[in-house]
Amino acid sequence: MSLERATGVARPPRALKLAEWQLALPLALAFASIFLAPLLMLVGVSFFNDDKISQPGFGQWAKFLGDPFNYKVIADTMLLGLKTVCATIVIGYPLALIYLDASPRLQKVLTFIIVMPLLLSVVVRTFAWIVVLGREGVVNTLLLQLGIISEPLRLLQTELGLVISLTQIEMPLMLLPLISVMSRLDPNLRDASSALGASRWRTLFTVIVPLSMPGLVAGCLLVFASSTTAFISQTVIGGVRLIYLPLLIWQQSLVVFNWPFAAVVSLTLLVSVLTVVSALSYIGRRSGGYVHG
Amino acid sequence: MQNTLTSKAARALDVEDLSVRYGTSTAVDGVTLAIEPGEVVALLGPSGCGKTTLLRVIAGFVRQAAGRVRVDGSVIDHLPSNQRNIGIVFQNYALFPHMTVAENVAYGLRARGNRGPEVQARVSRFLDTVQLGAFHQRLPRQLSGGQQQRVALARALAIEPSILLLDEPFAALDRNLRLDMQIEIKRLQRTLGLTTILVTHDQDEAMSVADRIAVMNKGKVEQFDTPVAIYDRPQTLFVNGFIGTTNLMNGKISSLRNGTATVALDAGASLDLPAPDGVGLGAPVLMSVRPEQLALSAAPGPDTWKIEPGLALPIGAQLVHEARTVDGTFLKIIEPRRTFMTGAPRAYCTLAADARPTLFPRPT
Repeated sequence: MSLERATGVARPPRALKLAEWQLALPLALAFASIFLAPLLMLVGVSFFNDDKISQPGFGQWAKFLGDPFNYKVIADTMLLGLKTVCATIVIGYPLALIYLDASPRLQKVLTFIIVMPLLLSVVVRTFAWIVVLGREGVVNTLLLQLGIISEPLRLLQTELGLVISLTQIEMPLMLLPLISVMSRLDPNLRDASSALGASRWRTLFTVIVPLSMPGLVAGCLLVFASSTTAFISQTVIGGVRLIYLPLLIWQQSLVVFNWPFAAVVSLTLLVSVLTVVSALSYIGRRSGGYVHG
Repeated sequence: MQNTLTSKAARALDVEDLSVRYGTSTAVDGVTLAIEPGEVVALLGPSGCGKTTLLRVIAGFVRQAAGRVRVDGSVIDHLPSNQRNIGIVFQNYALFPHMTVAENVAYGLRARGNRGPEVQARVSRFLDTVQLGAFHQRLPRQLSGGQQQRVALARALAIEPSILLLDEPFAALDRNLRLDMQIEIKRLQRTLGLTTILVTHDQDEAMSVADRIAVMNKGKVEQFDTPVAIYDRPQTLFVNGFIGTTNLMNGKISSLRNGTATVALDAGASLDLPAPDGVGLGAPVLMSVRPEQLALSAAPGPDTWKIEPGLALPIGAQLVHEARTVDGTFLKIIEPRRTFMTGAPRAYCTLAADARPTLFPRPT
């Protein structure tokens, strides 16, 4: 019945459709000029051998791909993203479940707490983590006073510290899509599952997780793309001893001014992130199976 | 051949002095119902009367503040919903949208640890029972509303529940389909001998499907009786108004003897009726009488009252008259339609020969 009604809606006349298309034109132009054109220029710049951008050639690509160190940087960057994704799932998914069971008033408070990292400036929240994770920081002071450790832990300029802070910083990107998908789930499904004899865990893994898969995949993609490219957090908390692709780009473009090499690294970062993101969404579609509509 | 569709012994369900509170408001207030094995009981009432909450307590989704629920005499209050073995069909069916029809029906069997061909066989058998055998590989969203409901029913029945709960099961179906499904559910329930509780706000549905009806209002059961008894002998003014159409006429008790009260109607007649409890001489009362229990008459008499006839609407085989009494009450009178209307204009109203009006104390 609803289908008939939906198809019964009069189609907009042709002229109107053209006008609608024209409305999208300013955005399309802006997109082409500030995103597509620079990207093409980046590809162009990467095919020059010298930093004066005068001799075309594959020299920079050969240099980048010939050095095993660069492969380690790529792998470290992707691993950093995957670790952050795992941490945000492990902490974020239960949090989303708690959010759904919370009363409307508590939900408002939780929403504020969840969105808060997005409201703070990147620099402020990064330096806040330095205060928390430092040698004399909150974590070490607390653990020392409780007698759990006898010497301060090294958290700053380690991957562990970086993953901890990125997990907090990127958490909203996991929670917002997850909660928006999960709150559209019919609450009767849980009751129906329980009445049919399923335990809470069975209900979680056979009903709630598969149905929340679209939100989970979206969250993973956002967190991964955002954490692998989080230059400020990576440099300030991770320090210069931990080298990830964004740091390499920064060094090459603004320290040694080798723009073609920087372009090569940038494109490598873009391709690696896109590869993992496509893989993630493919796995998500395969295992979840169910996407609305 | 072993047939799992023939029932084990049907279960009795007892709800004892049950109350549910949400914060300061009481959703269910001291409800007691003794439901016989194999009986279909409808919980009928306006929205917010607590009928769905009562159903959710029986299913184990909501905890009661006081009272007990027993199945065959043993208390089930401590059991979580997944150990109660109670089948429930939700108003919106709540089918798992990512599973096929067969997977939906198999869900309860798998949750109980059943595996393999035995599950397949049971699923096919229950899908055949609801005449959906050909649809087992479809997803719920590829089915019509009526088909989805059959799947929900098959899913609930496949676990061989001790009690079947139906939450407004026909509300989302259109009229023709509704009747089909009512017949189907009644048929299945008979075959399986399953104790069934049905929540509805539709009195016709309750009347046609249920063996007994519990009329609920503001968290309380106003009357728990057979459909005929509820229609003919409503015990409270609420039940009287909620079930069927009725005329209410003001009057006063002018004499009382041996359980018979003489009522002087404000409309101008004196009638002898069975006296209600707790009403004294001279007390203001309301007389409730169904439209079909009134008759029109051409001549005045001691038990007739004058009316001012209004519209007469032929509805099917019946003629519905509208009329106004001298004290300003509007009446509806239904009589069988005859082809020829002869004689003097009928300006008087009286009780039909088999009329059984009910008296209620008039609320002040």
